[in-house]
Amino acid sequence: MASNWPILSILIWLPILGGLAILTVGNQRAPLARVMALVISILVFVFSIFMLMAFDPSTAAMKFSELSPWIAAFNVNYHLGVDGFSVPLILLTTFFGVLVVIAGWEVIQERVQQYMAAFLIMEGLMVGVFSALDALLFYVFFEAMLIPMFLLIGMWGGPRRVYATIKFFLYTFLGSVFMLIGLIYLYIQSGTWSILEWQDFPLTLEVQKWLFLGFLAAFSVKIPMWPVHTWLPDAHVEAPTGGSVILAAIMLKIGGYGFIRFSLPITPDAAAALDWLIIALSLITVVYIGFVALVQEDMKKLIAYSSISHMGFVTLGLFIAFAIFQNSDGGEGAALGVEGAMVQMISHGFISGALFLCVGVLYDRLHSRMIVDYGGVAHTMPWFAAFAVLFFMANSGLPGTSGFVGEFMVILAAFQANFWYAFLASLTLILGAAYSLWLVKRVIFGPVGSKKVAKLEDINAREALVLGTLAVAVLLLGLWPEPLVNLMHASVDQLLAHIQQPKFTMAGN
Amino acid sequence: MSLKTILLLIPLLPLAAAAIAGLLRKQVGRAGSHWVAILGVGVSFLLSAWVLYQQIFLGMETQNITIYTWMISGGVHFEVGFLIDHLTTLMMTVVTFVSLMVHIYTIGYMATDPGYQRFFSYIALFTFSMLMLVMSNNFMQLFFGWEAVGLVSYLLIGFWFDRESAIYAGLKAFLVNRVGDFGFLLGIAAVLYSFGSLDYATVFAAAPGIAGKTVTLIPGMEWQWITVICICLFIGAMGKSAQAPLHVWLPDSMEGPTPISALIHAATMVTAGIFMVARMSPLFELSDAALSFVMLIGAVTALGMGLVGIVQNDIKRVIAYSTLSQLGYMTVALGVSAYSAAIFHLMTHAFFKALLFLGAGSVIIALHHQQDMRYMGGLRKQMPITWITAWVGTLALIGFPFMSGFYSKDSIIEAVAESSRWGSEVAYWSVLLGVLITSFYSFRLLYLTFHGQPRYRVDVGAGEHPPDGVVQHAPHESPWVVTVPLILLAIPSIVIGYLLIGPVLFEGWLSDAISVLPHNNVLEHAAENFHGPVAMAKHAIGTAPFWLMITGFVLATFIYQFRPALADFFKQKLPGIYRLLENKYYFDELYQKLFISRSVRIGRGLWKKVDAGVIDGGLVNGSARLMGNLAARIRVWQSGYLFHYAFAMIAGLIGILAIWVVL
Repeated sequence: MASNWPILSILIWLPILGGLAILTVGNQRAPLARVMALVISILVFVFSIFMLMAFDPSTAAMKFSELSPWIAAFNVNYHLGVDGFSVPLILLTTFFGVLVVIAGWEVIQERVQQYMAAFLIMEGLMVGVFSALDALLFYVFFEAMLIPMFLLIGMWGGPRRVYATIKFFLYTFLGSVFMLIGLIYLYIQSGTWSILEWQDFPLTLEVQKWLFLGFLAAFSVKIPMWPVHTWLPDAHVEAPTGGSVILAAIMLKIGGYGFIRFSLPITPDAAAALDWLIIALSLITVVYIGFVALVQEDMKKLIAYSSISHMGFVTLGLFIAFAIFQNSDGGEGAALGVEGAMVQMISHGFISGALFLCVGVLYDRLHSRMIVDYGGVAHTMPWFAAFAVLFFMANSGLPGTSGFVGEFMVILAAFQANFWYAFLASLTLILGAAYSLWLVKRVIFGPVGSKKVAKLEDINAREALVLGTLAVAVLLLGLWPEPLVNLMHASVDQLLAHIQQPKFTMAGN
Repeated sequence: MSLKTILLLIPLLPLAAAAIAGLLRKQVGRAGSHWVAILGVGVSFLLSAWVLYQQIFLGMETQNITIYTWMISGGVHFEVGFLIDHLTTLMMTVVTFVSLMVHIYTIGYMATDPGYQRFFSYIALFTFSMLMLVMSNNFMQLFFGWEAVGLVSYLLIGFWFDRESAIYAGLKAFLVNRVGDFGFLLGIAAVLYSFGSLDYATVFAAAPGIAGKTVTLIPGMEWQWITVICICLFIGAMGKSAQAPLHVWLPDSMEGPTPISALIHAATMVTAGIFMVARMSPLFELSDAALSFVMLIGAVTALGMGLVGIVQNDIKRVIAYSTLSQLGYMTVALGVSAYSAAIFHLMTHAFFKALLFLGAGSVIIALHHQQDMRYMGGLRKQMPITWITAWVGTLALIGFPFMSGFYSKDSIIEAVAESSRWGSEVAYWSVLLGVLITSFYSFRLLYLTFHGQPRYRVDVGAGEHPPDGVVQHAPHESPWVVTVPLILLAIPSIVIGYLLIGPVLFEGWLSDAISVLPHNNVLEHAAENFHGPVAMAKHAIGTAPFWLMITGFVLATFIYQFRPALADFFKQKLPGIYRLLENKYYFDELYQKLFISRSVRIGRGLWKKVDAGVIDGGLVNGSARLMGNLAARIRVWQSGYLFHYAFAMIAGLIGILAIWVVL
């Protein structure tokens, strides 16, 4: 049934229009705003499930395509479509769309309607990013999605929110400007904004390298990679819990998605030529950031750094493909790397979202994010402690949880590229466990840290629902990742076949 | 019920029990939690025994069953499944039996603990994890079980989580194990790279094909590829089976409640590394270099850790160092290709070491959590069952003829003597001297605890936390839930070696799982000379290991029964050696300096100097100031409310997007 509907447009516009509708609800009617937000987000999630059920994973072709002219003068189209890369990310987005509404239910007391509206609008825009097939449309969503996030940090954020917002803005703006230049160049050369047509558009190696660097500027900031990562810890620290959750669980993935949608297929030869750069940066990200995470005193900062370190696996998994092609016949390990990167993104969405929610639970009670203010939380909050230990274990890549799957796949693939890549990446086994469990030791275990901790109340039903849902997701994906990777096989195979075809020969270089 | 269902039930029953005892702790209550856990593990034991019966008497063939496909990616099938051969069944039976004993024992030991249900949930979860590890038919599931047992070990060491020392020990155990797992995971990646599969059967079948392949990881050094694989895998075993220099976590793990010291840190989990190497024998057989490495690590551990055991005063720590030393024996056996001897010692050790630990626990509760042997003594009168079973455990541990430990340990020494592998002389002297050491510290423990005069006094008015050497109530024998498991473990500690040495070691009962190349078969000679267990024991009397054991006994008896001052005399005469042993060769201090402090320093340096200094201070804030100056000039046109702009921008965006609808 969903195949006849403009399902992607529904997924984009239902939350955006719903969010605008909530804005019209007056300040006095917060309960109505909450209920509306919940209903809309659940509806969106249900529609995304319809999309998943109607999605045929056996081919790499774009599904549920919608195409109509938008700005005809510049050949800009409203062009949507999804493949095996975008569908899991869209589902992750709509899933968290529901969770953040529930998570902010009674926590947010001021300007409820604007808070809920911001999340819904952001949700629609992010779905737009994952389904846009027109580069300008993509760019519009890509930029617009930041506005609600700035608002969230600026209006509901912590004391240094102005600094954090400006830093966030500066970083992302500078990055995306370079991408925009690249996009305009591509339009002028090819006469189209179609991402799919660009993928087959011949380009010289020289041009590809410039374009690749332009894309890199945008996506490396977004994901983020060392050394353009320093905005993320500040943004997380100042953001309200829901903002942190969306930032970590979804927005970072847009960087990884950008590499998959733009860098690899549009400039494959440059990616092959510059893969060493990305691999080096990825490994630095994994190891360097792991050490930095170890010494954090603020729980949110620690999780933020941990996120960055985990994202190193995404870029590593994507770019080791070229080395694997050279090393082994068939290069099947390359698929393991790319799929591992995708699994890592989804899994990290669940885990980092859950961890930020855990910190939120503590922050709501004690109004502190500092590790030293806690200790012995397990005495007063046993259920919370159980969830927190599970999620931190998942964060350190425990098999049986989703955190293991992506890292395992990428490490297995990295070994096929080069022993030392795998060696350095595997250090995360030690570092990840060290920073995760050291935090657990200081916050969750130990004697009761203070009188305030002694008075803590365990999680309520609403918090248990949110954390429990995520716990199920983390365990399910860890115990049976097949349904997820099965969604993307065809798209991954097509991408890998595509990036092995030199483009510059067509351009006569 | 199909065989597959039965095999599935074996691990899943303990898992279900763990879930019920843990998640429904309020609903099932204390008694409910121990009943459900004991039932789950008990049935699991019976089913394991049934499979064993089927194999021994009805000739059941090796089962290689896929349960489900975990994932297919990059052309690799990752599956979850069971490989049920004799090696697996032996492990399953031992694990579930010891686990069941520990479950029953826990009723008594943890009787007053507020975390009762949680404890049962954890040990049942442990049993599940350990079963998944030994039953696996592939490397991925092995790694799952491997880390899962590590997780439960972490949770149980830190079970009393208000104790700083306990949670520190838990963290230490997990991290040191992760260092091992780091190597293990690389080994698994190397296996996949070399064979394109993680399935045991496929990999073992293809293993001979990569013999001779070399690799250059560091320029100028060429290694056998199979050696790289095996050493990486063995690093994992070094973490889990606490081989030097990754042994440092095991003595500290004694912070956990005693039942888990018996179950996890003596009988089962720490032997996972031994099991793994035996399972991988088709790979290890191909690399003499890796086996030499294994053997030497084992030799160092066997002798070095036994020596530390001599100077410990904490009763559990003595047994912990003894465990390290015995694991060293098993590792040496692996290193000389006597895999079945290693597994045999693993099994006998599981019984008598669990027995010794549980006996120590019985003493500890009798003395109200006093673990220091300097405040014990003379307990044989008050605790006769504990005392006798402790003697049984000790005799088995030192390898007294006819006891279980004799058959397994003597076979190992015999095998090492036969071996001509590079370094086997060193290993031989280590395991031989180790017999003397083992005998000495074991009797020292026995005398200090059960014999002589009490070194504690009973003071009814001593209060809740009396000082060392004072107890509130006179010690008495433990309740039946404690003593029955002691007796049930004492029986196999006596007879299991006698009964099983023939089939397990010399009649090829494990040959469906373990492969040994003909020129490595060090047990062949012993097999030829084997004329039944009685003849073997008789023959052993008068050999070097026997006399060394007697020497240890005599020395310990003389010093601790008749001349206690001698111990202090040696302490003062040999201060250097004593300090070295008392500080456990300074491994902890070294690691603290080398890794922990340094990691924190590196992290802080990168964070403060590079992140905050160079990147933020130089690049970001520099451009931010530039922006700020610019912004100051155009601020005149702006209202200053961020959300005004923001919603205006969104409205604009929607307007533009709306154009296509209208047009």
